[in-house]
Amino acid sequence: MAAYRCKCLGLWFFLYTLLVVDIDADVLHTAQVTDTEYTGADAETVLASDLPNPPQDTGEQTAEQTTEGQQDRQWEATEVQEEHGHDASDHHQAVDPPSFPPAKDDFKEELVIRPLHSGDIYASFQFRTVWDTDFMGEQKVSHYRLFPKSLGQVITKFSVRELHISFTQGYWRTMQWGQPYLPSPPGAELWVWFQDTVTDVDGTWKELTNVLSGIFCASLNFIDSTNTVQPSASFKPLGIGNVTDHSFLRYATLPREIVCTENLTPWKKLLPCGSKAGLSVLLKSEKLFHSTFHSQAVHVRPVCQDPQCRTTSMELRQTLNVVLDLHTSGQGKREWSLFKMFSRTLTEACPLASSSKVYVDITDNPQGEQFELSPATPLLTQAVVLGDRRTYSVYDLTQQATFGPSRSLNTLLRWKSTDGDMLRPLLHSERYVAGYGLQAGEIHTLMYNNHPYRAFPVLLLSTVPWYLRLYIHTLSVTSKGKDNTPSYIHYQPSKDRERPHLLEMLLQLPPNSVTEVTVEFERALLKWTEYTPDPNHGFYVGSSVISALVPSVVAMDTDNTLERPLFSSFFPCKEEASYFMRIYTEPLLVNLPTPDFSMPYNVICLTCTVVAVGYGSLYNLLTRTFQVDEPSPGLAKRIANVVRRMRGVPPL
Amino acid sequence: MATTEVERKRGQLAALAIAVVVVVVGLPLWWRTTETYRAWLPVNQIKELAELQLQLSVDVEVVFSRGTLTSEQQKKVPFTQTNEEVHKVDDDTTLRYRYESKYRTANIMEEDALKQPTAAEADLSLHTLSASPCGSVVVYVIPETSVLLPQDVDVYIGHRRTAVLRMGAQMRVGKNHKQLLAHLEPRITQVVQVMSFSHTDITAALSDRVRLSPGSKESLADSMRSFKSSPGYEITFSLLNPDPKSHCLHWDIEGAVHSYIQPLLTKLAPLANFSIDSQILYYAMLGVNPRFDSSLEAYTLNADSLAHVINPVEARLGSNAASSNPVLNFLLYVPDAHHSPLFIHDHKKQPVASNAFHSPRWGGIMVYNVNYLYGGGETPFPVNININMEKVMGVFLAQLRLMLGVQSSSAPPGFLVEPCGSVGLADWELDRLMWSRTVENVATATTTITSLAQLLDQIGNIVINDNIASQVSSTVTSLQLAVAELEAGNLGFALQYSKEAILASERAFFDPSLLHLLYFPDDQKFAIYIPLFLPMCVPILLSLIKIASEARQRRKLKQSKKD
Repeated sequence: MAAYRCKCLGLWFFLYTLLVVDIDADVLHTAQVTDTEYTGADAETVLASDLPNPPQDTGEQTAEQTTEGQQDRQWEATEVQEEHGHDASDHHQAVDPPSFPPAKDDFKEELVIRPLHSGDIYASFQFRTVWDTDFMGEQKVSHYRLFPKSLGQVITKFSVRELHISFTQGYWRTMQWGQPYLPSPPGAELWVWFQDTVTDVDGTWKELTNVLSGIFCASLNFIDSTNTVQPSASFKPLGIGNVTDHSFLRYATLPREIVCTENLTPWKKLLPCGSKAGLSVLLKSEKLFHSTFHSQAVHVRPVCQDPQCRTTSMELRQTLNVVLDLHTSGQGKREWSLFKMFSRTLTEACPLASSSKVYVDITDNPQGEQFELSPATPLLTQAVVLGDRRTYSVYDLTQQATFGPSRSLNTLLRWKSTDGDMLRPLLHSERYVAGYGLQAGEIHTLMYNNHPYRAFPVLLLSTVPWYLRLYIHTLSVTSKGKDNTPSYIHYQPSKDRERPHLLEMLLQLPPNSVTEVTVEFERALLKWTEYTPDPNHGFYVGSSVISALVPSVVAMDTDNTLERPLFSSFFPCKEEASYFMRIYTEPLLVNLPTPDFSMPYNVICLTCTVVAVGYGSLYNLLTRTFQVDEPSPGLAKRIANVVRRMRGVPPL
Repeated sequence: MATTEVERKRGQLAALAIAVVVVVVGLPLWWRTTETYRAWLPVNQIKELAELQLQLSVDVEVVFSRGTLTSEQQKKVPFTQTNEEVHKVDDDTTLRYRYESKYRTANIMEEDALKQPTAAEADLSLHTLSASPCGSVVVYVIPETSVLLPQDVDVYIGHRRTAVLRMGAQMRVGKNHKQLLAHLEPRITQVVQVMSFSHTDITAALSDRVRLSPGSKESLADSMRSFKSSPGYEITFSLLNPDPKSHCLHWDIEGAVHSYIQPLLTKLAPLANFSIDSQILYYAMLGVNPRFDSSLEAYTLNADSLAHVINPVEARLGSNAASSNPVLNFLLYVPDAHHSPLFIHDHKKQPVASNAFHSPRWGGIMVYNVNYLYGGGETPFPVNININMEKVMGVFLAQLRLMLGVQSSSAPPGFLVEPCGSVGLADWELDRLMWSRTVENVATATTTITSLAQLLDQIGNIVINDNIASQVSSTVTSLQLAVAELEAGNLGFALQYSKEAILASERAFFDPSLLHLLYFPDDQKFAIYIPLFLPMCVPILLSLIKIASEARQRRKLKQSKKD
């Protein structure tokens, strides 16, 4: 009995401690948060399968380590050499204020929160590392500080000039949400500009995709020549460098790719603060993947350091965009807070970041009649984003005052009214497959120009897999019921099992119009090993890409080196009157004629039997001898014969 | 009657003709269309290589300085002499060591060089006189009375490939040349074993091929510590800063690598390619919580818990995405402000002076304590700290030498081995490494290629493409060349060929095309063939049997008619 009570007591105590830890971690947000997080991060690391060593290896390693631990000899070996450096060094290191070289790399982090009119919340994280180093020079870059080593090695080894990779789950709904800060197509997208020193671009591309698929734990190794294209105009380098030779560009999308936590963990590993401090503590997969739209990306490109562009540096931008649907889960109440969105609050900036800011878009709420933001911040900033001047409340995490007396920041926004209209986006698009049956079909792409009086040019890029055979003579472009002739068409026909169709056109979209591009296709029959494991699901056709120079309402900022919020400075701006925009259409899902997969065996058996039967009769015809048989006597005659034999009379 | 007979004859002929067509055309056609492509492999040569007979030849030049030989001895001492040792390691591995000694007297310049006041200077000036090729050893014999060496030292080994040997006391007077050589020989062998290879080194290098009887624990640990031979190594230095809020660490890794690590690696360049990287990892924690020792006012890590330190860090180190060479990790851990200072204790609870430890075939970890006033309050966080790279690199260099297998094997008594200087590696140490690495490469490549040949022999379904066949034959040629060069005593070439052999053998063994169609089970094949073959073959067989039996009957009939 006493023992039982003791056990009970122990259990209660255990529960109590659990509770205390829980409270500490969730409500008070004190230092314990980092502790609990640490275990969380560990669990994730176990999930991820791109660990540097497979688990068995680690086990072996431990074993070795243990055997090593038993041998003191090995310690001594290290000791021997140690003496000569020991003398003067210990004392003066803190006393001497040695001169430190200025760091050549710089890290910034920011989070933009935009309340959407649909009631959803759009949160966009950007982490930028700029490193003043020359990856393209003769000297090998090998000493890393803030820039992740794994990515740096890839860039060096494969002579990459620019690398853009994105993983997206869900489709960005332009009509409901407006424009994203950084567009990306559903699935995985990878485009790379190689340096002009690369001789075998295709081979390098193949190797690069394999290595990247290891780093990001994704199926990028499925990128091969059948889904890789070289766009001639749509994907110009975003960094410096006037490269026009598109033979150094490779572009591929995998619309089927599923993005999940195993892709997030390696992505977070590239951040200098990991998920331990700063804005990245909010990146918890259980909340991020419980969302309508999730997109994470890595962009590496060379940028200018000063307006004259005398020196260049490498820029690594890691972005993560997420649209959270708090409206339906919040029982119709429209309010959100950092804690509600990410189940964490902010307690500190990443100590390595030179700037760490949270922006909240309050443009639609100039007088505070729409929603209420707390804690209120005196800091406001204006930025020109996507052709519009927007106002933002800024929380600077490097200032202690931001966190207030509770030492944690939990921004809260409460809506007062539900009305409010969103302006229709100037450019958006739709795409679908039309037609019936399993033989022919038609791809329709619709592009809407909602500008009331300005026409603007767009570049449409579509890649279609080889198993949809496009009839390019049926290509028709119509706007407002009239033919719209593209001023530039680049078409590369497909080759079966080798390369996809590539269609690029430059179109002028008339003001306030819908432009429809249609092209017919025929479905090809695949070989039975080429079908996916779930062929009845259909086959994906990647998103079309529409790149446009959209006329801007306000003057755009053309100086890219100026200090600006990160979210407004991704696409370089060449002129003041218009801004660059890229939108992706929906991916298509096309059904191909699907055979019954047990058929090959049935066919083999059936043909073999037919052949055997045919052969058998032929063989009989050839080898048997045929002779005329005497007709056998009839039944009556036979009976008569029997009777006659019984009577002793000779038969008939 | 005649017409039926003719008809029967025709039927039989038709059956025979069909059988002939099936056998002559059908079967070969079926065979050719369904066979897997298997390129020719040099199986016999591989079998020869499986029985490894290695002969290692060392050129030893013995130079007698003035006063060591009498004129009579000088005449009788032979020019060359060859000693051989044969060791049978196991059933199909035989080692043969061949020491080719050349005897000569010193020339005037060498005599001058030997008159230098110290052995080190003598070593340097002897080196400038003649550069001996890689893998050879020059032994200078000096008279017993020489003051070049300290009293209790008999043999001096310098930085190069030369050793100075003092003549023994009993050899001073009136011995003939045979006694003299008999006296010198064991000592020269000893010198050669230190400077080029010993039997234990070579058998350790063969560990991939020969399963050694478990010797002492210590020797096992010795052989396990260094990395396996590989054409390249990636060296990664990582600075772990678990607390970037309080410490802002600066390390001049570029300069330190240039001045401490690079000289050693330049020296080792013939052995393998090295690439060096460094990174700083923030918020990287150790796997164990150190204990606070109130008597020391410091935190301590026990030797037992070191085993658990590495794993959580390992996940953050990141493998080198751009190459598949083994990675040597060197971690510098600066404990956070709340766990500082941190000391590593060994099994006897004594602090380890270097505050570092290493893990075999993985790398090393050093704990670097930052000394500044804690709790003083006036130091604003983060504190800027410049890391003393000389101290750090001293430890890492020692660990690197261990990991690469540059072993400072304990010299026999009476030997004076000059400690390595700024270069970090003596020429003869490099030779030692090259000997064992060559033997290791040859052993590994032969095992790889024999097991590949066995595998291909066992599984008949594997397609062997031409490129694999060419890789295999290039492995075999390089292996034969390596063995031949070892026999001839050209160490440099032997290493080169053995490296080529190992590369080609790995490429052949891990070629992805070997996995293709590895397994296509026989029962499935039969399931497909039976519906076709059974109905086709049964009538043919039946009619053949019928024809045969009829022919026999006819013969019997003829026989009885004759009777």
